[in-house]
Amino acid sequence: MTAILETLGLKAFYGPVQALHGVDFVVEEGGVTALLGANGAGKTTVLRAISMMIRREGEVRFRGAPMSARATEDVARLGVAHVPDGRGTFTDLTVDENLRLGAYTRKDRQAVKADFERVFSYFPRIAERRHQQAGTLSGGEQQMLAISRALLLRPSLLLLDEPSFGLAPLIVAEIFRILREINKRDGVSLLIVEQNANLALDLADRAYLIETGEVVIGGAAQTIRDDDSVRRAYLGY
Amino acid sequence: MEFLHQFASGLALGGIYAIMALALVMIYQATQLVNFAQGEMAMFSTYLAWQMIDSGQPYWLAFIVTVLISFVGGMGIERIVVRPFAKAPILASVIVFIGLSFIFNALAGWLYGYSIQSFDTPFNGRPWFGNVYMSAHESGSVLVTFVVLALVYAFFRFTPLGLALRASAQNPVSARLVGVRVGWMLAMGWGLAAAIGAVAGMMAAPIVYLDPNMMGGILLYAFAGAVLGGIDNPWGAVVGGFVVGVMENIVGAYLVGAEVKLSVALVIIIGVLVVKPSGLFGRRIVARV
Repeated sequence: MTAILETLGLKAFYGPVQALHGVDFVVEEGGVTALLGANGAGKTTVLRAISMMIRREGEVRFRGAPMSARATEDVARLGVAHVPDGRGTFTDLTVDENLRLGAYTRKDRQAVKADFERVFSYFPRIAERRHQQAGTLSGGEQQMLAISRALLLRPSLLLLDEPSFGLAPLIVAEIFRILREINKRDGVSLLIVEQNANLALDLADRAYLIETGEVVIGGAAQTIRDDDSVRRAYLGY
Repeated sequence: MEFLHQFASGLALGGIYAIMALALVMIYQATQLVNFAQGEMAMFSTYLAWQMIDSGQPYWLAFIVTVLISFVGGMGIERIVVRPFAKAPILASVIVFIGLSFIFNALAGWLYGYSIQSFDTPFNGRPWFGNVYMSAHESGSVLVTFVVLALVYAFFRFTPLGLALRASAQNPVSARLVGVRVGWMLAMGWGLAAAIGAVAGMMAAPIVYLDPNMMGGILLYAFAGAVLGGIDNPWGAVVGGFVVGVMENIVGAYLVGAEVKLSVALVIIIGVLVVKPSGLFGRRIVARV
């Protein structure tokens, strides 16, 4: 299998403070990679570094070549959609306008239309709320909206920052079921950051454990899940 | 009769304040900064129009060219002068804006002189709709105001670019994540503000006459209108601009006289800030401390 995304010695900085100290990981083409770890380990920072929202060093390879982006906008235009922590809803705009922004960079109108339909088939509730102000949606609906918006970019790689955060278990299960479908049916590769290791390992084929800005252990999700000592020490279940 | 006359010409002036207020709000929404140079930029644009008309160009050609030049100029000012201070403290930006206003004022004085010039109006003859309460220019100016407001509304409401501008103002991080070039959107916001400011200047000049200080009072009234309507709400600011224009005329005519009516604007600003700081239609910002 080839890698759609690969980092080599990824370092990242918040102002003068270094938050990542050389992180290496791989997302396979069509695969799902999970980044696990406690609060403050640097999982979100990895996603921000990939999207160039913060200063980074080291190499980020996208589709086998160094990523040619100079700013966050360029990363998105390469087909890397990022569902940020806090969901990044445009709260004053309508749901429909949020979705249209997702497709902002695209010129293929017919395909965009089809993608709207596809997204609505995943999340019928978003279709129902289409003309509502996005800020009035519930947390779960805003998470669905954020994923929908990202899908309308027609990404080849989707970065997800804690999609389960603050949501009821039933809604989380629903969202993860749809993420699996997005991966399997649409062939979108996923890089998912999660605190809920059980959930993420279920979906992922590769997993990496991050602690204080470094990868502690990484490999096939199955191996990580079956390793009792890792599970007890880091994942707490 | 006299009251209606005062009311109607207040509406005409109010329209000018309304589009200036809209220009202020446009930049405020994107940057949380008030562009104190907005008035002088509009004044300078008006001189450009005056120069073109003076050299024999038809009025509407000069009008359109001025709006286009102002748009490009506004974008240029953002990219060259304002952008470097994007991460600086607010006070630094305020000083930059004040400096810009001095530069344009001095530049206009140097290029065109400080003597007062008359400025043509394209609206001659009888006022439109046979109304007796407004001059021809006033009624034409109200019409132009509404056309500008309708165009701005349609742009922001119905075009993808307008949507991207709104998104950039509201949540620049998320806008970048969907691929919007937020930096260009900021520049475009400045361009639009400069362009509609130019319209305000050209509509105001036949009334207040053209000189390098012509926009001083107008900017103050526009600011009062924006504060009254809510500085974070464009349509509130437009309504505020109209209200201030009418109030100014009526208070000036019946209460305080023309000499001190500029202080009406200051009274409005202070009154609003004391009684309802968010303005009539603004959103109250609650900060967690």
